[in-house]
Amino acid sequence: MSKRLVAGLLLACFTLPALAAFDVGQLMADLARHKGGRAKFVEKKTISLLDKPIVSTGEMSYTAPDRLEKRTLTPKPEILLLDKDMLSIERDKQKLSINLANQPEALAFIDSIRGTLSGNRAALEKNYLLHLSGTQEKWVLTLLPSEQKIAALVQRIVVTGSRNQIRSIEYLQADGDRSLLSIEPIETR
Amino acid sequence: MSRRAGRTFLLWLLAMLAGAAIAWNSRFTADMSFFLPAHPTPTQQVLVDQLKEGVVSRLLMVAIGGGEAEQRARLSRDLRARLAAMPAFLSVQNGESGSQDADREFLFRHRYQLSPAVNPAHFSEAGLRAAIGESIDLLASPAGMMLKPLLPRDPTGELITLLSQLNAGAQPNSRAGVWASRDGERAMLLIQTTALGSDTDGQEAAINAIRSEFTASAQAAGLADANLELSGPGLFAVNSRATIKDEVTRLSLISTIAIILVLFAVYRSFRLLALGLLPVVSGTLAGIVAVSLVHGTVFGITVGFGAALIGESVDYGIYYFIQSGRNGLASWKERFWPTVRLGVLTSVCGFGALLLAGFPGLAQLGLYALTGIAAAATVTRFVLPALTGDDVRIRDLTPLGRRVGQLLGTLHILRWPVLALALGAAGLLYQDRAALWNPELTALSPVTQADQERDMALRADIGAPDSRYLVVIQAPSREAALVAAEATGARLDRLVAQGSLAGYDSPARFLPSQAAQAARQASLPTAAELRPRLQAALVDSPLAANKLETFLSDVERARDLPPVERESLTGTSLGLAVDALLLQHAGGWSGLLPLRPGEQGIDAEEIRNALAGSGALFIDMKTEFDKLYNDYLAEAMQLSLGGVAAIVALLAFSLRSARRLAAVMLPLGLAVLIVIAGLHLLGERLHLLHLIGMLLIVAVGSNYALFFDRAADEHALAPETLASMLIANLTTAIGFGTLALSDVPVLNAVGVTVGPGAILALLLAATFVPRKAGA
Repeated sequence: MSKRLVAGLLLACFTLPALAAFDVGQLMADLARHKGGRAKFVEKKTISLLDKPIVSTGEMSYTAPDRLEKRTLTPKPEILLLDKDMLSIERDKQKLSINLANQPEALAFIDSIRGTLSGNRAALEKNYLLHLSGTQEKWVLTLLPSEQKIAALVQRIVVTGSRNQIRSIEYLQADGDRSLLSIEPIETR
Repeated sequence: MSRRAGRTFLLWLLAMLAGAAIAWNSRFTADMSFFLPAHPTPTQQVLVDQLKEGVVSRLLMVAIGGGEAEQRARLSRDLRARLAAMPAFLSVQNGESGSQDADREFLFRHRYQLSPAVNPAHFSEAGLRAAIGESIDLLASPAGMMLKPLLPRDPTGELITLLSQLNAGAQPNSRAGVWASRDGERAMLLIQTTALGSDTDGQEAAINAIRSEFTASAQAAGLADANLELSGPGLFAVNSRATIKDEVTRLSLISTIAIILVLFAVYRSFRLLALGLLPVVSGTLAGIVAVSLVHGTVFGITVGFGAALIGESVDYGIYYFIQSGRNGLASWKERFWPTVRLGVLTSVCGFGALLLAGFPGLAQLGLYALTGIAAAATVTRFVLPALTGDDVRIRDLTPLGRRVGQLLGTLHILRWPVLALALGAAGLLYQDRAALWNPELTALSPVTQADQERDMALRADIGAPDSRYLVVIQAPSREAALVAAEATGARLDRLVAQGSLAGYDSPARFLPSQAAQAARQASLPTAAELRPRLQAALVDSPLAANKLETFLSDVERARDLPPVERESLTGTSLGLAVDALLLQHAGGWSGLLPLRPGEQGIDAEEIRNALAGSGALFIDMKTEFDKLYNDYLAEAMQLSLGGVAAIVALLAFSLRSARRLAAVMLPLGLAVLIVIAGLHLLGERLHLLHLIGMLLIVAVGSNYALFFDRAADEHALAPETLASMLIANLTTAIGFGTLALSDVPVLNAVGVTVGPGAILALLLAATFVPRKAGA
């Protein structure tokens, strides 16, 4: 009798996640399985000072869990490399390196994208409230800053995607300016 | 005491009093000028100025450990607030936010006078389109985030241009809003003292202030485990001075007590002991007086050398008492004094060679020792006899002399083994000749290894500048220096563009010449001129010209701003940066342009070529230091050889026999070989002062060889002569040996070389004395 109860409980435990609605935990598990790849991106920045948005394009590549390279090709070549906590920007032969450990606000900002890419729920929840909607095929993850210091920079971050592939990241800055990063994966064999 | 004796004594006393008065008023110093060239070349002068007055010599690095990051940050802020209020500190930086607001504000206000991009073309339609287009592109990048609020006032990006020049160096880590070490476990501060690097008292006061304010701050915060680490050239100077002061007292005391004990054991008479110390006191005082009169200041290390001089100058008294005790004064004057005098003269030759040294410390040691020995010998010859008369009752040392004689007499059987040993030593030295010498000037530095390591660690943690590579310009006025700095900068810019140089600093960066500022202001259009150009330039741009009204008014206002002067920079850290790079001295002004090497390092030849014909001087501080030291070493080599040559010439003239000369010189040469090989085997890396030590082995050791040589005349050495030689040798070895206890490399090297060398010189002289002359 008791054996059957235990077996039933175990069975229930194993099947429960599959039965429940698509949730943050499952999304994170999906994302964490993504080991990296290359993608084209188009970034559109809407700035109140300017009459029309600035569009930049290029390629980005991600290697789990903490290496992200963003290579802007237009309007002006620039390489941004995030390797662990070192962020470096190369532009016009000038190279700028920033140790993110020195910049808690910037680190929180970076963690939003890095945490999503690597499916690191703990890192995301340190600074943001997470809200997930949609299905596994077409999900929308909204990050709302929980810290005042970060809220002073960014109001909201919206990430959309399909399964373990991120398709867009939208930042709504505190001053109303927006930037939308659309990502198109490059298929690799 | 006879009238004549009284008169002699009175004369001596007067001389001593006068000497004491001079010594009392002498300036004593324990700073690094001991090591700095007395007659520097223009390049070396830059080196010396940087060491004495340069900004790097006034930087102190501070690390705060213990507690949590937040607690350390609070301590760091509190310490900064306390120290910044004190006149002893020019600047206290800890990286806290807000501390650079004044700089940014200044740069922004004067951006059109300071930015090198400002010229007529920059404000033409095409120039505006390019510059503003660039700024808009930058908005697309994360680097443009900070630029956004400034864009309406500074669309051409002058502040970005200025800031990119300012922040080119590596920034330290930061934790809880203040600078931190690489591992984040310590809060770091960078402090610039008001006192010059050469002002050791000022540096000591500043360091004490930092320590006591830190203690007070930590107590106020209730943080018991907080600790402070500090380093920098100022601390080195203070510690070295303390070490040298401490050593002078300690070494002189050890040497004096040991020698007094020996003398009392021999004389068993307070009267003879006191008389025997008379030449020592006179010699020491005379040495200080001579150095003070000739050099103006007396180095602490020179006084420390006195410990050795005590051991050497006491010998003359010993010879006098022991040798005249048995034979009487007249006989001593006739039979022994000529030999003693020749010994004195050889010592004088040895020390005298050092007088010519361009290394001021060495010249002082030479003068001090030479005067001291001459004075001690003179007092022995002319004052002691007057005071003692014929009444030198000394206990009979003949038994001791006999035993010594028997012992020394058996030494001749060691001739072949000694020669074999010396041959082996020579072979060893020849084989290892490449590894014998320490090629670095730091070998002479009294800074301890631990202090050097701590300094390196703190320096790496905070990224403090080391200013190894400099370009130096000379000019008659400040304006001329700034104009020259701008011209030199233009040449360096080409190297930066090629990538062979990462960057450089220049005093003209934040204080451009009046000419350059005026030219920039003249190229600024009026608002009425600028408006149509701006509209034309921005026709297709996402940025509408009507949003840039503040830009128009800022440019208009900049046309009439008064020029930036040094006084305009007061209250910003830029003012200090300019002061550091623009120095006024008696002959005019010097401008310094420190270079930041690129990834392939610095190609000195390329930089010299780029500067050719401009009058600017490229200096690699490390190479210059090493060159300076190698010059010293080469000079010391020549002086030592010259000293030995003088000694040989003197002995050849006095002895008038090649055979006798060889008999005197052979044991000395062998002693030098064996001592140096011994030191090498013990792992000592030889430096300049070991070389000087070799010269002194010859100069001091020749005294013993001369007595044996004289014995050849008389077919035997009297037992009391042997006894006096043994005791004199003992005191000399004690005097020089005491220096071996020193932590100051200059003194230590002389001690470990001459101490054993003197004993060996006596033993070998006995070993190689012609057979029939043996006791």
